Amino acid sequence: MRLITGLIAGSLFGIGLTISDMVNPKRVLGFLDIAGEWDPTLLFVMGGAMLPMFISWFFVKKLKHPLCETDFQIPSKQRINVKLIMGSALFGIGWGTIGICPGPSLASIGTGNVSLLIFVSSMIAGMLLFKVSPFKA
Amino acid sequence: MDNFPTEWLHGLIGGLLIGCASAFYLFFNGRIAGVSGILGNLLSNSKNLSSVSFLIGLIFTSTIFMRFFWESEIIVSDSWIALLLGGLLVGFGTRLGNGCTSGHGVCGISRLSIRSIIATCTFMFFAMLTVYITHHHMGEF
Repeated sequence: MRLITGLIAGSLFGIGLTISDMVNPKRVLGFLDIAGEWDPTLLFVMGGAMLPMFISWFFVKKLKHPLCETDFQIPSKQRINVKLIMGSALFGIGWGTIGICPGPSLASIGTGNVSLLIFVSSMIAGMLLFKVSPFKA
Repeated sequence: MDNFPTEWLHGLIGGLLIGCASAFYLFFNGRIAGVSGILGNLLSNSKNLSSVSFLIGLIFTSTIFMRFFWESEIIVSDSWIALLLGGLLVGFGTRLGNGCTSGHGVCGISRLSIRSIIATCTFMFFAMLTVYITHHHMGEF
């Protein structure tokens, strides 16, 4: 059952990324380019996505366990540390370089676009690199 | 300029769908719909069926949707150095910082997590700074 609900969630997520045009790096860079012809679309996407989630957190707290899994896997860390800041900064630089973050990269990989294939392979390499790095605690 | 409102509307509708998908995943699978975290889980030794199915849905449904129902123009850099560097930084950075636009940005901020709010401000700032430097001081990549 959790396979089916996971599949539905991933599918809806991908359709949302496509309709909102977040799969187009040019649109994302248009948002990040505050000194150019600024494109606010990403702001509407973030706002639209946060609304259902914001409401959901109230109701989720009332559940003992998720409907199709045995327990919740919600991050409990509170501390602001160097890893959080450094990681986010590096991610930001990479995101700003190309205009693609992990979600859209996977949603659009099926187009077979060579640039996307290079990006995703490199992104996975970056994740594997982290796995073997001393930063993984 | 006159077709801007349509793009905003599509952004809002697409965003709502992303939010509903994340909420659905949270209620049924009990997890954060953060794509870097889900992909990271797939590369770890403790693979989870929820993560696997989420990624299959994300990749295959988007491909089919784009091919038959929604034409998307994807304009992406063709500089392989930029693509390699950008990919490495996104991959390594999201794992080190424990999240990306979906995990920290959407799920974390809506939960009012201080870590996620700080992470999102950080990557937004550095992304904007990078675009500012590359687009206005180095010419197009």
